[in-house]
Amino acid sequence: MIDFHLDRASGVATYLQLVHQVKHALRLGLLRPGDRLPTAKDVVARLAINPNTVLKAYRELEREGLVVGRPGMGTFVERTLGGASPAARARLHADLSRLALDAREAGLDQEDLEALFASVLGDTYREEIA
Amino acid sequence: MTPALEATGLGKRYRGGWALRDLSLAVPEGRVVALVGPNGAGKSTLLHLAVGLLDPTHGTVRAFGEPVRQAGVAFMAQDKPLYDGFTVAEMLRFGRTLNPGWDDDLARNRLAELEIPLRRKVGRLSGGQQTQVALTLAVAKRPRLLVLDEPLADLDPLARQDVLRALMSTVAESGMTVVFSSHVVADLKDTCDWLVVLNRGRLQVSGDIDELVAGHRVLRGPVEAADAIADRLPVIAHERTDRQATLLVRSAQPVPDPRWHEHRVDLEQMVLAYLRDPGSSALPRPALAALGKDDRPWSG
Repeated sequence: MIDFHLDRASGVATYLQLVHQVKHALRLGLLRPGDRLPTAKDVVARLAINPNTVLKAYRELEREGLVVGRPGMGTFVERTLGGASPAARARLHADLSRLALDAREAGLDQEDLEALFASVLGDTYREEIA
Repeated sequence: MTPALEATGLGKRYRGGWALRDLSLAVPEGRVVALVGPNGAGKSTLLHLAVGLLDPTHGTVRAFGEPVRQAGVAFMAQDKPLYDGFTVAEMLRFGRTLNPGWDDDLARNRLAELEIPLRRKVGRLSGGQQTQVALTLAVAKRPRLLVLDEPLADLDPLARQDVLRALMSTVAESGMTVVFSSHVVADLKDTCDWLVVLNRGRLQVSGDIDELVAGHRVLRGPVEAADAIADRLPVIAHERTDRQATLLVRSAQPVPDPRWHEHRVDLEQMVLAYLRDPGSSALPRPALAALGKDDRPWSG
């Protein structure tokens, strides 16, 4: 089970914040297929938000095929995100850690490295689309 | 689907003049409605008409297609209907006696969840707890439509949050429609999904909040190009310097002109812009048709 939280100053629509948090949890393996998402009542009792907002977020996740609603039982994770195998994931994690250390030794701070990484990501995925 | 609340040509005149004029709106069932407007805009009058505590001078108001007195509507007035000398348990007995459809289990469970002691005198509860008790009395009638007049007005931020959390849980469980008035827009952003704006006794805005927010945008660009925008789109607010114009326009589509930089509007900014310009309105078409053209400066 995951807990939702809200960044009220972010300007991101509340239902999208919930959608992003579920996807993030799926990518990190915190949510796995078969897990139940919190009920709308649980979420609104914690966050003081409109229940329709929670339902809207769950509908969006359902539309993307990530969860499925079973009437009377709840909403369940259907598939996960971040397709790589655990081994590949661990290797990439180690590679990136090494790279982050390298960058720090070369004098980059966190924001420098984030900007560099974002720019590399942009280039890589743009090539893929082209 | 029959609207949870529907007003047609609604007007109320007191001896001092019109408190509410020519108001037509329809709110779908299951919505949480924010009724917003400055003091004296007619919010309380509208709510009292909606629950049948006032009779309209003109027009009609119905809930679920029926006259409001017969439609399962509960009301919490601004001065909460509690007796300081009663215990919470005595208030419950009072509610049970007066209301045939009273759900005593619901009332007791709700108060237990909120950790409000039944034997405590109402006068010795905190403001937040008193609001929770008044809300419980309204909810235990199992209304299909719950109408709350400024339920958060005298509460500190923590109590406001607690009341809203309990209210939203109740909505999640029961699916009831809620209308509440407030003049603090920040309280409404995450809790309400339908917005009604009243100003000087007139309806200015009624609609789905996400659609309203997505249907407005802020444009910033060269002042000499502003009139061309204003010719094409309803402008709710504008600020001009000698070179730059900032416009809040109603448009679901981006403006294709590259000289204009645009960004999203937030709910509070949008509400304030409408309140500052009583001539602007954003209403669905059927309601528009019901408004008199001559006495209504329509900017669109």
